[in-house]
Amino acid sequence: MVAFLIRRIGQSIFVILAMAALVFLGVFLIGNPIDVLLAPDADQIERAQAIERLGLDKPLWQQFLIFLLDLARGDLGTSFVHGTSAVGLILERLPATMELAFVALTLAIVVGIPLGVIAGLRRESWLGRTIMTGSIVGFSLPNFWFGIMLILCFAVTLQWLPAGGRGPTGSLFGVELSLLNPAGWPNLLMPALTLAIYKVSLVIRLAYSGTREAMLQDYVRFARATGLSPQRILGVHVLKNILIPIVTVLGLELGSMIAFAVVTESVFAWPGIGKLLIDSIARLDRPVIVAYLMIVVALFALINLVVDILYSVLDPRVRLSDTGN
Amino acid sequence: MSDLSVKAAPPTVDIETPFARFAADYCGSWIAMAALAIVVVLIAVSLLAPLIVPQNPYDLSQISIFDNMLAPGERSMEGRLYLLGTDDQGRDMLSAMFYGLKLSFFVGIVSTALALAIGVTFGIMAAYFGGRIDSTIMRVVDLQLSFPAILIALILLALLGKGIDKVVIALVAVQWAYYARTIRGGALVERQREYIDAAQNLALPAHRIIFRHLLPNCLPPLVVVATIQVAHAISLEATLSFLGVGVPITEPSLGLLIANGYKYILSGKYWISVYPGLLLLLTILAINLVGDRLRDLLNPRLKA
Repeated sequence: MVAFLIRRIGQSIFVILAMAALVFLGVFLIGNPIDVLLAPDADQIERAQAIERLGLDKPLWQQFLIFLLDLARGDLGTSFVHGTSAVGLILERLPATMELAFVALTLAIVVGIPLGVIAGLRRESWLGRTIMTGSIVGFSLPNFWFGIMLILCFAVTLQWLPAGGRGPTGSLFGVELSLLNPAGWPNLLMPALTLAIYKVSLVIRLAYSGTREAMLQDYVRFARATGLSPQRILGVHVLKNILIPIVTVLGLELGSMIAFAVVTESVFAWPGIGKLLIDSIARLDRPVIVAYLMIVVALFALINLVVDILYSVLDPRVRLSDTGN
Repeated sequence: MSDLSVKAAPPTVDIETPFARFAADYCGSWIAMAALAIVVVLIAVSLLAPLIVPQNPYDLSQISIFDNMLAPGERSMEGRLYLLGTDDQGRDMLSAMFYGLKLSFFVGIVSTALALAIGVTFGIMAAYFGGRIDSTIMRVVDLQLSFPAILIALILLALLGKGIDKVVIALVAVQWAYYARTIRGGALVERQREYIDAAQNLALPAHRIIFRHLLPNCLPPLVVVATIQVAHAISLEATLSFLGVGVPITEPSLGLLIANGYKYILSGKYWISVYPGLLLLLTILAINLVGDRLRDLLNPRLKA
């Protein structure tokens, strides 16, 4: 287990370094930051001074090392637009996005697993067919358009829910969260649903195929033969086995939710890191884009690591085959 | 077509060719048939768009700002009927949607075809040669697939700038890895078979074994992935254009039409965002249903 952990953490660090190199090359070589930073009427001497001050006259590998050192210190420059630390800006907005992603993830599990299991058990019934057809519609819905339709329906026509923004929040250890303040829940509902809809479909499909396969297994037949109640077979034996792929996929999908929050946050004016990224791209706020990418990459590496460890805890077969190498 | 395939089949067994049997199986589901019909109609409509729609919404001489924001079914000052209304610039929504659909199919199909070619080449090379080539290619694939497609496309477009060609580049860059992984899985199994041994013993060149013998036997899962990826690419293009990093506003795109309608959603002008979205949903849904049926038919595990 320790060898597995060490190797797995090494892989995560390699991923972060590789992405740091890609981000560095992509962002710092394709555009010249001098053109953005200097006034258009700056003369050659000012230009040369700025190049020296920013270290752009150094060889590339030295610049990359400096970038890595800054990265390790958590300093990725100052936002051109906001005038404050780029990393600070991201960290300030990260809780809003994480909260949205976690609520959406919870929705996906709470709604998706029961529907998928029902569809898997009653495959030929109209209910099962409706659920599975519905999941294809959920897969196909363009996320941003679904959000707009929700606004049109519940905010414009029915006027039950606010059309956008985060609303009131409660504070926990200095982190602002909507979940802690019931007045903020209506604001959270539509964005979370929009973000969740694709994952609900995904969970339905996973739970459906998992249930179908598990019901044919010998252990289910034996459990039936020993006279266990259907509830116990389903709740203990089947569910445990279908949870393995769902945990893995959802863990990995948490990363994609954080990325997809870019779309949802833009539609609902949700003040998270996704909206910040889109605004920064529109305004060419390079330090913020770099900070977003590096923080998200680190977050993904962390999520993948946790999922792998969880997976080996849930399914001992994985651990055995992995340390065997 | 049918004449030729009948002759090609061995006369002793039965007249049915594999393709004919497959087509008959496909027709077993009326939903899948309807979806296929919708896809064909939509492609035809998008190709014929300039001929069948009432106006060219991207020709400034044909639109009038005085006709802007007309509700569905209203008539212009010259008495022209706007079935689905007009947008803020006086464009006929129906015409703009069909033009947008054409771009959707173009971007979806071209990017999928290019990504397929690149992904298949790398994936099958990884499986056939193995060793260091395999581990290098698959490490890049794994690295890329650990990041969501939307994020990679977004960042690429932020660097490259707007444009249809750039959207295609970004979509190819995010899609190729799926094909590489899919075909590698199938090819690893296939290359253990006797016919590959036989081809190798005949000292055929590697490219001939790969493309003439190995590739055709690895196609079924690719067909499924490619079908669903066309839908995925169409959805991504619309999303990126909606976010303002996709195609420039001078081009017709369903994502841009919806983004434009989004501005007027709070004032109750629903038709500018609702109808392009419905068309987008219909397109993606129909392609996904076709892909779903193909997967059911081509997946041997589900054949009971």
